[in-house]
Amino acid sequence: MSRSFYRALLRLYPASFRAEYEPELVRAFEDSTRGAGRVATAFAAVHDVVPNALLVHLEILRQDLKYAMRAMNRSRGFVVTVVLLTALGVGANTATFSVADFVLLRPLPFPDPNSIVRLCEGPREGGGYGCMNELSPANYRDVAAMTTRVRGWGAFGGIEANLVGFGEPIRVSAATVGPEVFPLLGVRPLLGKVIDRAEDGSVVIGYGLWQSHFGGDPDIVGKTIRLDDSPRVVIGVMPSGFRFPDRGTQLWIPLILRGDDYADRNNTYLQAVGRLTPGSSFDQARADLEVVFSRLARDHPATNAETGFSFFQPRDQMGPRNRVILLALCGASLALLLLTGANLANLLLVRAAARDRELAVRAALGAGRERLVRQMLTEGLLLALLGGAAGLLVAMIAVPLLAHLVPTALPIEGQPSLDGRALLLAMTFTAVIGVGFGLIPVTALGGRSGFTALRDGGRGGGGSRRRLRGALVAVEVAVSVVLLASSAFLIRALWKVQAVDPGFASEGVLMLRTTLAPSRSADSVRRLQFYEQVLAGVKALPGVQAAAYTSGVPMVLTGGVTGIEISGAERPTDVRRNPVSFRFVTPEFFATLGIPIRRGRGFEAADRLGRPLVAVISESFAKRYWPNDEPIGKTFGTRGRQYAVIGIVPDIKVRGPERTSEPQLYVAAAQAGAIGGLYVPKDLIIRAGGRALSLASGVRDVIRGIDTEQPISDVGLLSDVIERQTADRRAQLRVLSALAAVALLLTGIGIHGLLAFMVAQRSREIGVRLALGAKPNRVARMIVGEAARLAVIGGIPGVIVAYAAARATSSLFFGIPPGDPVTLAGCVVLVMLVTFAGSLVPAFRAVRVSPLEAIRSE
Amino acid sequence: MTDHDAVSELLPLPPATFHILLSLANDERHGYAIIQDVEERTAGELRMSAGTLYRSVARMVEQGLISEVIRRRSVADDERRRYYRITAFGTAVARAEMRRLAQLVRLARATGLTPETA
Repeated sequence: MSRSFYRALLRLYPASFRAEYEPELVRAFEDSTRGAGRVATAFAAVHDVVPNALLVHLEILRQDLKYAMRAMNRSRGFVVTVVLLTALGVGANTATFSVADFVLLRPLPFPDPNSIVRLCEGPREGGGYGCMNELSPANYRDVAAMTTRVRGWGAFGGIEANLVGFGEPIRVSAATVGPEVFPLLGVRPLLGKVIDRAEDGSVVIGYGLWQSHFGGDPDIVGKTIRLDDSPRVVIGVMPSGFRFPDRGTQLWIPLILRGDDYADRNNTYLQAVGRLTPGSSFDQARADLEVVFSRLARDHPATNAETGFSFFQPRDQMGPRNRVILLALCGASLALLLLTGANLANLLLVRAAARDRELAVRAALGAGRERLVRQMLTEGLLLALLGGAAGLLVAMIAVPLLAHLVPTALPIEGQPSLDGRALLLAMTFTAVIGVGFGLIPVTALGGRSGFTALRDGGRGGGGSRRRLRGALVAVEVAVSVVLLASSAFLIRALWKVQAVDPGFASEGVLMLRTTLAPSRSADSVRRLQFYEQVLAGVKALPGVQAAAYTSGVPMVLTGGVTGIEISGAERPTDVRRNPVSFRFVTPEFFATLGIPIRRGRGFEAADRLGRPLVAVISESFAKRYWPNDEPIGKTFGTRGRQYAVIGIVPDIKVRGPERTSEPQLYVAAAQAGAIGGLYVPKDLIIRAGGRALSLASGVRDVIRGIDTEQPISDVGLLSDVIERQTADRRAQLRVLSALAAVALLLTGIGIHGLLAFMVAQRSREIGVRLALGAKPNRVARMIVGEAARLAVIGGIPGVIVAYAAARATSSLFFGIPPGDPVTLAGCVVLVMLVTFAGSLVPAFRAVRVSPLEAIRSE
Repeated sequence: MTDHDAVSELLPLPPATFHILLSLANDERHGYAIIQDVEERTAGELRMSAGTLYRSVARMVEQGLISEVIRRRSVADDERRRYYRITAFGTAVARAEMRRLAQLVRLARATGLTPETA
């Protein structure tokens, strides 16, 4: 019994060791335990075998590692290629999936985030994404009262305010929140309490502002700060992860709605947030809202006939384009991983064939199959580890680069970080491929006798392996075509966007924002006085050609629309159906932005309060309302006042190069009277040629000289704003192009590797052919022809998939058709060229095969 | 690599290895005989288990310190057992280890230290 127990234990040893020493071990064990009791023998057996077996395993591992290092040192080129390949595949994948997970999948930082819903107004028909148009207080009140599938509705709005009194005056982004909002979100404050009643004069500050502006003062609660001239007591500080309604919000003040706030259903400035009641689905709640809004349209036809709603969950705030680009990048990096896998497999297949002979020799010298498998496993894992480590480096570099693809509208904190799961997954994938294909030479050894392998020499492998390699290269070609085509579409879209004429000259224009405190902006005399003083001071600075105030710089303020009433028309044009962009400007606005006056005149200093109200309109405005008449001198109404048209200017791209802009209407800031919010002129633009940016400090001094408490923000060049319009596109393009370039490179490597190997394997056959009088160029043609065959086999599915991918992501392509033949053909040609380039060296080598040597070397 | 390098690379020897070399220094022996010899030599202080012995033997064969005896020299030997003998390299390594140990002892003596307790 003790003997069989000992024998069973011996299974812990490696098979090779057992094969060599098992009988000796058993005999020596029997000899040394003769006469001992059964328990003592069993104990001795365990004590003998377990530690020694472990040590033998470690010894073999040490040997295998040493051997692997030597083997890798001999083929450094192979090792470097494999490690780089793995690094690129693993790194690119980990980075993209880390960012995608952060944006698309990670739960938002609120308890039970999936039940949170947001509500805004929107068009009756058709939809968009995120908040389309805000709610009026009356509509909010009625919806909150009538819905049953959502509980705890709370209203909020976005404002900006001047924060004065602690250090530099600054401009902060804030939210007004109803008393229901904080309790609904369920996040506890870090200090103090949250806003849970409509009590004026309190404020809750965010962690970021608390740190940056108040130095993390632990006694902040109870202190008084000044926001837009009114004192407010800090009642709480929110924790660092709390972002609501978006990432930019720095503080929260109570939203207070009074009776007259509910009077005008057209005055929309609120959004709503709620939670689905238990058991209600998002779609049920949406159906519920359909009914509610239809009823509102019936009850208040004058204001609500065209009013629909937009209902969404917080994560769906981001635009579909952001989502598409992330999904596209995930697709691209998956493709890259596939490519990496194919290339890795191919490289290992090539190496396997080259090692057939080495392994056959070792087997013939007595190395057991188990030892060889172990050896190959060790080498494969070592390579995978090296590649994975390098991949980790690549991912660490790439994640911050990808981070600016995160849309700012999402209420999530901070930056995406490297995702360990993504890294593990990508590494496992490459390791499985590495190890799996690394074992091929050993499996071949099992299939045939070692003798055949020795006899075949380096030519082993056989037809099935060659077909597999060919298929892998074809897959690489296909993936490359897809990635190339996607980047090409993006490049063409970027060109098209950059070629869009904004309609104004942004070069050499400095812009900055001086948002007035409400006490000053509400008083039209004080307000105008401020503008005049600042403009006079700025124009006295050297180098200033023109300067103006406006209620909104194009592409910075994209909204701000109004409806138009034409006398004689049957009913006023609804602002929701035919809006026009509405701006208050000072006289030099057009000169500063280089917008020519096409007809009539611009504003003059004489266009003041008390004089007839005048307006400058854009060409599309004129065409919409007076298509057949002379617009100059015509009158129209908006926001309860009548204006006469005095001039016509060309249209500009108010909403940015990629969006449709409304016709534009400009009125004189000096004739504004009582205005509020969005429409108060606050942006100062100064044309100063090449010296624009160096002017900034002089302009600051001018403003400080007039009011030391006036915050100045958003200082920069207008041309940078235009540049930023395409920043997203350029970021996307860089990422995708990098992936495509890597793909192309990998394909080139793959083709070259395959053909070089083919030439090496068939050198004898080629030598014989040449000896029998075959023309060298026929041999070369055979090699290049093989490359062309693979390119065609891979290229056809590549084009089909590229077309499908382009259709699926066409929203990114700014009108470039997904089947655009020029783009697709260009990509195929490029891949063909790479294929051809990859086949050149092998073809050259084939032609130079010496018939004598090729035959003798066997 | 010179012989000298190859020798000194293996030093210091694990005790079991040194004892096996000593045991094979003058005679070819099979496994259990080595165990017994070492045990006798050390007055029962070092009693190797079968596993320890063959793990050492496997490594020493790999290192070229000992080799398996292909043909028996005496009919008295047990035919079924595998015998080992020391190689020239193994002798050189054993000598080098002796020198190393002797030097160590000399160094210790020079400090006035004696093995006997005072």
